[in-house]
Amino acid sequence: MSRRYDSRTTIFSPDGRLYQVEYALEAISHAGTAIGILAKDGIVLAAERKVTSKLLEQDTSAEKLYILNDNMICAVAGMTADANILINFARQAAQRYLLTYNEDIPCEQLVRRLCDLKQGYTQHGGLRPFGVSFIYAGWDPQRQFQLYLSNPSGNYGGWKATSSGANHASAQSLLKQDYKEDCTLEEACAMAVKVLSKTMDSTKLSSDKIEFATVGQTKDGKIYHKLWTADEITALLKKHDLAKEDTSEEK
Amino acid sequence: MPSRCVRVAAACWSSNNADERPTCWKLKHNTRKLAIVPTNLLHNNNNRRTQLPTQPQPKCMEVLLGITGKDFTLIAASKAAMRGPTILKATDDKTRQLNDHTLLAFSGEPGDTVQFAEYIQANSQLYSMRNETELSPSALAHFVRGELASSLRSRNPYSVNLLLGGVDPITNKPSLYWLDYLASLAKVPYAAHGYAQYYCLSLLDKHHHPNITLDEGMKLLRLCSDELKRRLPIDFKGLVVKAVTKDGIETKPFDEDEKVVKDT
Repeated sequence: MSRRYDSRTTIFSPDGRLYQVEYALEAISHAGTAIGILAKDGIVLAAERKVTSKLLEQDTSAEKLYILNDNMICAVAGMTADANILINFARQAAQRYLLTYNEDIPCEQLVRRLCDLKQGYTQHGGLRPFGVSFIYAGWDPQRQFQLYLSNPSGNYGGWKATSSGANHASAQSLLKQDYKEDCTLEEACAMAVKVLSKTMDSTKLSSDKIEFATVGQTKDGKIYHKLWTADEITALLKKHDLAKEDTSEEK
Repeated sequence: MPSRCVRVAAACWSSNNADERPTCWKLKHNTRKLAIVPTNLLHNNNNRRTQLPTQPQPKCMEVLLGITGKDFTLIAASKAAMRGPTILKATDDKTRQLNDHTLLAFSGEPGDTVQFAEYIQANSQLYSMRNETELSPSALAHFVRGELASSLRSRNPYSVNLLLGGVDPITNKPSLYWLDYLASLAKVPYAAHGYAQYYCLSLLDKHHHPNITLDEGMKLLRLCSDELKRRLPIDFKGLVVKAVTKDGIETKPFDEDEKVVKDT
């Protein structure tokens, strides 16, 4: 029955659904998990990397975490190729704002720009919507640290802790259990690795399976964002006793 | 500098009809016209007339003043609407409110001024409506500068001088920006446009400091206004004074009919 309606993004089915958009959401729930946690002094984004290989160059191939702007980073769940288009668009939008106003674009505005574009493909345009969800972490002077989640339909929302991708339902309930208001960035990092270790297939993690990034504030009040290196991730995992025994150093 | 003027004038002839020899008048005219062109703006003249601010702006007889203090920005503008030597209106308001915490004052070519200021006002209000936040005074100043700069490089640029004063809605810090028709932008503690500069900047140099209160600011404006009435041979019909604070924009009563020049 649904076959008559699901080949086009722009047509509602008789029960009022847009199948292509739902399929895009489905595609995302097969992708690696991404989570974001808002702390009082920063935000942590963590993501599971699906493509792992010993041959893969670690530092040059970020698969899931990207810098959008001086004050914003994002995690991707879904099709990386689609994400690249949107990330390029977001970076351009952010720079255009910087050029006209000499100020960083407020986080929600950038999220909204991207969501406007995503929404466009559920109504007109090409054959399919973008198959990506983003988790955005950013800071702006008005609302300080912020965490957003957006999906292919063009919806977005602000969150204290959120997840996307495979097992996002269980990740979400774990976050709901563990989240504390006013937690520090360090506690948030601990929570992030704990949740990831439970939602991923293997309980022991390693730096080539996950990506990690934080947004925070230095002592003199400057905002920084950092994509963690493999060594830093390994150190964090060891600290929380989640690292794999045979580490790469002993090869 | 003179050699550059000659080069520019020569470039101008070559664009003219070849058999129409430039007359003496034309030479003089062109040289005068182009001598005021800032040379850094001339880089792309490929024989066509490089259209730039063609005239030096006529000496501005309107008064614009701005002062920042501890928690406020004051902006004063003359009330006379003039056309040549004639005063058309004595209760003109040369300011536009851009949002709850930013005020723009303008002077220059009549028509251009209001058109440009209201264009900026409309854009600012559109932004506030779309985003449910205000642009900060700094963001607005850079936006205005950008608009003015692109207008300057068009066929018919706006000839407008501006003061933009405001209080940042988040940090509550007051600020004042000085812009001229060549799209220069400067963040300043106090500012003046037009002939008023010659009389008021020295006063402000002497009496202004960054921590003055609103009352002290008003006194300072009084001082400036008195000096203008004493020395400036133009009746600018008094000043409209507006104060921007974190609570919004307020028109301040400013007694205009007080005589300053004493009969001797």
